[in-house]
Amino acid sequence: MTVDTRLCVACKACVLACKAENAVPDGFCRDWLVEETRGEFPDLHAQNRSERCNHCSEPPCVDACPTGASHVAGGGAVLVTHDKCTGCKACIAACPYDARYVHPQGWVDKCTFCLHRARRGEKPACVSVCPTFCLEFGDLADPDSDVSRRLRERRYKVLHPETGCGPNVYFLE
Amino acid sequence: MTGNLEVVTTRHNAAIDPVLSAWGWEIPVYLFLGGLVAGLLILGALYELLHPDRPRSRALRAMPFAALGLLSLGMLALFLDLAHKLHVYRFYLAFRWTSPMSWGSWILLLVYPVGFLHGLGSLDPAQRETLLARRALAPFLRPLLRWADGARRAVLKASVVAGVGLGLYTGLLLGTLAARPQWNTAVLGPLFLASGLSTGAAFLLFFRLDEREHGFVVRWDVGAIVLELLLLGAMLLGFAAGDRSAQHALYHLLGGPWTSAFWSLVVFAGLLVPLAMELLGRRRRLPLAALAPALILAGGFALRWILLAAGQASSFREFP
Ligand code: SF4
Ligand code: SF4
Repeated sequence: MTVDTRLCVACKACVLACKAENAVPDGFCRDWLVEETRGEFPDLHAQNRSERCNHCSEPPCVDACPTGASHVAGGGAVLVTHDKCTGCKACIAACPYDARYVHPQGWVDKCTFCLHRARRGEKPACVSVCPTFCLEFGDLADPDSDVSRRLRERRYKVLHPETGCGPNVYFLE
Repeated sequence: MTGNLEVVTTRHNAAIDPVLSAWGWEIPVYLFLGGLVAGLLILGALYELLHPDRPRSRALRAMPFAALGLLSLGMLALFLDLAHKLHVYRFYLAFRWTSPMSWGSWILLLVYPVGFLHGLGSLDPAQRETLLARRALAPFLRPLLRWADGARRAVLKASVVAGVGLGLYTGLLLGTLAARPQWNTAVLGPLFLASGLSTGAAFLLFFRLDEREHGFVVRWDVGAIVLELLLLGAMLLGFAAGDRSAQHALYHLLGGPWTSAFWSLVVFAGLLVPLAMELLGRRRRLPLAALAPALILAGGFALRWILLAAGQASSFREFP
C-alpha cells in the first residue's frame, strides 16, 4: 500500500470508512491519522499520514503467536483467525507499530487490508473512500501495478525500518 | 531536520494508547512464580544428585509438590490474563517454534509430570505408607513409585532440565519481543533464571532445613545473587552501547521513571542487602534470619514488575 503524504489532508475519511466497513467497535480503530510537524518556525515541515498495520514481510506478531491464529495469508496480508486466538496478547507486545488491539469479544483485531473486498475485486474501504486519492493498494510484486509505479516515480519512506520487520506500507514524500 | 517535533494521532485504542498496557499484574506474578518454581526444582534435584547419601529434611522432600502448587497459581494468573479464556486449549493444538509463549506452554506441561515424579521419589517411608494406605490411590501410586525410585537419577536430571527450561523461558518470553527496546536484550533469559534460583533458594530458607541443606541453599543463593548482579550490569552496559532505542531503555533505569524503584527495590534491598546478610550470617547467626529471604523474594518480584512495566512503556513510537 502507498500513502501520498503530500495529498493527504487528514480528513479521516479512511478511518471512518474502515470503522463502518469492518464494524470496528466503539473506541477502537484499525487505521488512524498521524499529523507530524517538525522544525523551527518559520521553517516547518508538516506531514499527514494515514497509518495502519504494515503487513510486514517478516512479521514479529506472527512469530510470537503461540497458536497460529496470527498468520500470513496468501498475497502477504497478515491476518488473525478469531477462532484460534486466545487473547494472550503476545502479538500486541511483539508489534513495533502498535497496530493491534484486543477486540471486546476477546480476540485480537487489526487491519486486514480488507481482503474480503479484494476477493471481490474491490479496493480496501479506506482506499476507495479517500477524496484526494492519496491511498493506493495493489500488488508490489507486479511491476505494472499502481503501487509499483508510484514507488518508482516518488521518494518514499517506511516507518521504522530499523525494526527489521520489512513494513509494506509506503509513505510517499 | 532539526528543531521541535509535534505529533498528533487519532489513535486511542484502549490498553495500547497512550502507553501500552496490554499485560497487567497477572504477567509479573506468573513470571515470578515460574522462576521461583524453576529454582525450587533445580535446587532440590541438585542437592540430591550431588549428595545422594545425605539424609533429607521433610521440608526438602515435600518441596516438589509445593513447587507444583505454586506453578498452578502462576498458571491461574496466566489464564486470568487471557482475553479469550474459552480458547485456552488452543495452546495445545499447536507448537510454534518461533513463539516462546508456545514453548512455554509445552514446557509447563512437561514440568508437571517431572515435578510429580521428583516429588514422589522424595517421599520418606512413613509418608509413602500414609499415601498407600488410601485404597483409591494405591493401585496408581505403587507402580509410579516403583518407577520414580528405579529411575531416580534420570528423574532428578529431568527436573533440573525442566527447571532450567522454565526459568530461561520466563525471561526469553520478554527477551524475544524486539518491538520493546527495554526487553531487547539476550540477558533476560539467564537473568530471570538466576533470579529464579535465588528466589527459589530464598523460599526454601523459610522452612526447617537441616544444617547441611541450609549451607547448600545459602551457597547457591549467594552464587545466584552474584550472577544476577553481573547480568544486570551486562544488561545496562548492553543498553549503553546500543542504538538510541537502547539508550532510551537505559534512561528508563538511569534517570528515568523507573530509576528509584529499580535501584532501591531490586538492586539495593533485593540483592545487595540480603547478599551482605547471608555472607555475614555464615559467621554469626544474625537476628531476623527471615529478613534476607523475604527481601530476595520481594526483590525478585520487583524485578519482573519493573521490567514488565518499563518494557511496555518502551516503544519505537518514542522516536518518530
Ligand atoms: S505492523 Fe504489527 S501487526 Fe502488522 S504485520 Fe507488522 S508487526 Fe504484525
Ligand atoms: S492474542 Fe491471539 S493472535 Fe495474538 S498471539 Fe495470542 S493467540 Fe496469537
